[in-house]
Amino acid sequence: MSHTSDNALHAIIEATGDLGFRDPLAGVDSRLPEGAAPADLAAYCLMLGDDALVMSHRLQQWCTRAPELEEEVALANIALDLLGQARLLLSRAAQIRNGAGDAGRGTAEGAAAGRWDEDRLAFFRDAAGFRNVRFAEAPHDDFAHAMVRLLVFSAWRLALLDRLSSSRDPVLAAVAAKGVKEVAYHRDHAAGWTVRLGDGTELSHLRAQRAWDAVLPEAAELLHVHEVEGRLAAAGVAADPSTARGELEDVLARVAEAATLRHRPPGRAPDGGTGRYGVHTPELDSLLAELQEVARAHPEATW
Amino acid sequence: MSGATEQGAESFERAIERDQRIEPRDWMPDAYRGTMVRQIAQHAHSEIIGMQPEGAWITRAPSLRRKAILLAKVQDEAGHGLYLYSAAETLGADRADLTDKLISGRQKYSSIFNYPTLTFADVGVIGWLVDGAAICNQVPLCRTSYGPYARAMIRICKEESFHQRQGYELLMTMMRGTPEQREMVQDAVDRWWWPSLMMFGPPDAESANTAQSMAWKIKRHTNDELRQRFVDMTVPQAEALGVRLPDPELRWNPERGHHDFGEVDWAEFRRVVGGGGPCNAERIAVRRAAHEEGAWVREAAAAYAAKQAARRDAEQGREGEAA
Repeated sequence: MSHTSDNALHAIIEATGDLGFRDPLAGVDSRLPEGAAPADLAAYCLMLGDDALVMSHRLQQWCTRAPELEEEVALANIALDLLGQARLLLSRAAQIRNGAGDAGRGTAEGAAAGRWDEDRLAFFRDAAGFRNVRFAEAPHDDFAHAMVRLLVFSAWRLALLDRLSSSRDPVLAAVAAKGVKEVAYHRDHAAGWTVRLGDGTELSHLRAQRAWDAVLPEAAELLHVHEVEGRLAAAGVAADPSTARGELEDVLARVAEAATLRHRPPGRAPDGGTGRYGVHTPELDSLLAELQEVARAHPEATW
Repeated sequence: MSGATEQGAESFERAIERDQRIEPRDWMPDAYRGTMVRQIAQHAHSEIIGMQPEGAWITRAPSLRRKAILLAKVQDEAGHGLYLYSAAETLGADRADLTDKLISGRQKYSSIFNYPTLTFADVGVIGWLVDGAAICNQVPLCRTSYGPYARAMIRICKEESFHQRQGYELLMTMMRGTPEQREMVQDAVDRWWWPSLMMFGPPDAESANTAQSMAWKIKRHTNDELRQRFVDMTVPQAEALGVRLPDPELRWNPERGHHDFGEVDWAEFRRVVGGGGPCNAERIAVRRAAHEEGAWVREAAAAYAAKQAARRDAEQGREGEAA
């Protein structure tokens, strides 16, 4: 029966496309660069994609808890940017795995039937399969902690994306070109808050210093070079994280000074056993339990 | 009445009469100002409290696309809250004061957000029914007599209609999924249908504020008119979706040219408005905790701004001396 003729009704029933956020890789040149092993490239996209996915999740947890409404909007915006980067990178990893075939072979995941896509990668891998830096997975104790962590993460990621905008992989180059603008804003936002908190009240200074002292020692992990990163950097495809040290130290020193915080630069990068190798803190397990809860409860469902 | 007030009152009446907008600097009756502040503040509070039921599902959304859509939607709600508070401030209200009134229970927000979101299907049903009902209420507000409110509503309605389509599309997708997913959708519809009808407020005969608000052209349609419009609009959408609306009395009445429907449980409505809904206490507690736990951050920002201003003044002072 159709007694009501209403334009809004037709609009709503006919609405299928154009609701946004579909097919992250639509229109992007997906050819594989020469001189890079597809398995390496897929693994590298997972590293950068997982960093963004996990950091975005921590920021999503601020939703309805931010210290002011303007900050609700800003944090959601940053979380959304990182989620967008994660979707592109995980989709690229899935695309390569599907095409290259052997990248996922020999693992329980690889043996499972079906093709890879962003959602299978996000929701059906266990913690050991994640390649994000541990730095991204730590919970945020308070707002100062969130801003200092975001500052370090963004300053580092910006240095990587800046290099990746000339990557020989067209997808990485496209992701980076867009991401540079986003992450520059994230860094500036976090730097602004770090300065306001550090040079604000006595209490905020204490909390900012405590966050700085807790977060900075963890930053050394960001400068470790995994062998995949090393090989792909040599092939002009990836960014070598060790080359980001100068920019990272420079940004951190300047922000610490403006924020009147005591600062010690990040120490020597660890030799291995980091998040890039699938070695994580227990915090990633609880994060994934939340992230994957609904998807895993309904494995046959379509959303 | 002084001469100036008399003149102001005349031009206010004339503007209402001619369907012109009242602007912040125009003279307006105190009661009109009070009504507008209360209505806009309640609307702003509803946007902010309304972030909670859906926001709870962002971290658990079962696909990355749905997560992005939901995150963007909840971000829009924070944005709506912000520009509604700004609209209230054009009438002399103060955001901090309005927030205090919200977290101390002295000002209300839409009771719909006092119901829990039990499954991910609730996200879709809130988009479809709750945003749908909000749009029915809000489209006429794009022509409401207070200018800043009317302009805010134009932008808000555009975004709400996008959210409604996204919600409906999620339900369409779920209805094409597993039997379990279809059950989740039906269950969510069963739980949200009646509370959605309550969003239009009490029946006209019991609505204390309707007559004055209509006279001032703040409101353009009565609660019952809008409720009927929503039912008529929603029934065919439910059919297209393949869900049953939980009202045995719901049927098309060819004589009226509208759907007849059952009586809303007004006792439940009054209970939830009065604070006795399933989530009233939790919603306020979350908002209050965010506000109180964020106080040190806001104080830091204010202290830093004051220091910066003092530094600038000192700098200018030195330049002045040097000159």
